[in-house]
Amino acid sequence: MNRSTIDLWVGIFVVIGIGAIVFLALKVGNLTSLQTAQTYRLEADFDNIGGLKLRAPVKAAGVVVGRVDRVRFDPKNYRAVVTMSIDQGYPFSKDTIASILTSGLLGEVYIGLDAGGDTQMLADGGVITKTQSAVVLEKLIGQFLFDKASTLGGGK
Amino acid sequence: MPTDAVTFLLRRVGRATQQSVGRLGFAARFFALVLYHSPAAFMRLQLTFREIYFSGVLSLVIILVSGMFVGMVLGLQGYDALNKYGAGDSLGIFVGLSLVRELGPVVAGLLFASRAGSAVTAEIGLMKTTEQIAAMEMMAVDPLARIVAPRFWGGIVSMPLLAALFSVLGVFGAYIVGVRLIGLDNGAFWGNMRAGIEFWPDVTNGIIKSIVFGVAVSLIAVFEGYVATPTAEGVSTATTRTVVGSSLAILALDFLLTVFMFRGGR
Repeated sequence: MNRSTIDLWVGIFVVIGIGAIVFLALKVGNLTSLQTAQTYRLEADFDNIGGLKLRAPVKAAGVVVGRVDRVRFDPKNYRAVVTMSIDQGYPFSKDTIASILTSGLLGEVYIGLDAGGDTQMLADGGVITKTQSAVVLEKLIGQFLFDKASTLGGGK
Repeated sequence: MPTDAVTFLLRRVGRATQQSVGRLGFAARFFALVLYHSPAAFMRLQLTFREIYFSGVLSLVIILVSGMFVGMVLGLQGYDALNKYGAGDSLGIFVGLSLVRELGPVVAGLLFASRAGSAVTAEIGLMKTTEQIAAMEMMAVDPLARIVAPRFWGGIVSMPLLAALFSVLGVFGAYIVGVRLIGLDNGAFWGNMRAGIEFWPDVTNGIIKSIVFGVAVSLIAVFEGYVATPTAEGVSTATTRTVVGSSLAILALDFLLTVFMFRGGR
């Protein structure tokens, strides 16, 4: 095996190996959406965040516009404070409503933003005041059963 | 005499402990020596390219074929299990995560240890047996720079590339089974995969794992060859030790790395 043949094969090997890493980065992982675009931070506090996790998507009209950065518990008023970083290209008005939603019955939990009509925009570090907490399925079922039982009891 | 039997046993335990600790210490010194002599080896990069050819390029076929089959099996089994919960569409993320995080580096590392590591040990061991290494020392050629370091670095360069290729072929195999054979939606397969797998930390941690495995396998392979008893039997024992030792090292290191990398979710 002479030198140039070995060089050629090693070159091919290294090129397809790096190609494989690039493929893993772009096609398998989502490097493209992760490119460190300029973001700004928004805060919102909820009564109950359900199963919201770090790095969960923040969506407006179903489009991912940011990620959840931090979730902490505020011991003063017993609410959860969620910090999210939003893409700089998407400004939101001051009366935006943030709600905790679930995609499908068992899907991932995300934050949905519904923009309002205010002309003033939220700046970096702004606080979303209008929030809607997660729907806790157990409470819903409990309430339904309770209602059902009381109507059945009353009908007798 | 029962006390004689006890002291005999204790002596054997003591000797075994001494030997293994001594061997470990020698391996650590050997590692430092290889690193020390590496710059001299890099002066003649052609030697390292040659070793990348022997341990990397020649391992391509087994890595690519195994990756393909592992991916196809993951596709079939994963779909079978996920579909019970109506989550067949999540096949992409299941296959992608298991390949990128675990199976790619680990299985590629095991294959690499048995395909390339054993060959390196046998080669160096045979050089020692036929006194080629002693002859080199006589000619003032440093065997660590001329023989050991190129093989060591060749393995370290090859391993991450092989692991990445293994993962890619695995994903491709799962795609063939999931989308072409079972008939999952093409968009859901790739879309779920990209939504659930982050370049950082999932893919990068896989690459870090494969580099660590490359260092472990290469070091064990060159060490076992270099310290092999210079007989036919010694070389065969050394080759076995390389395969067994590096396989165990890969699995143990994988557990340790996983604990640090993926502990408690993100």
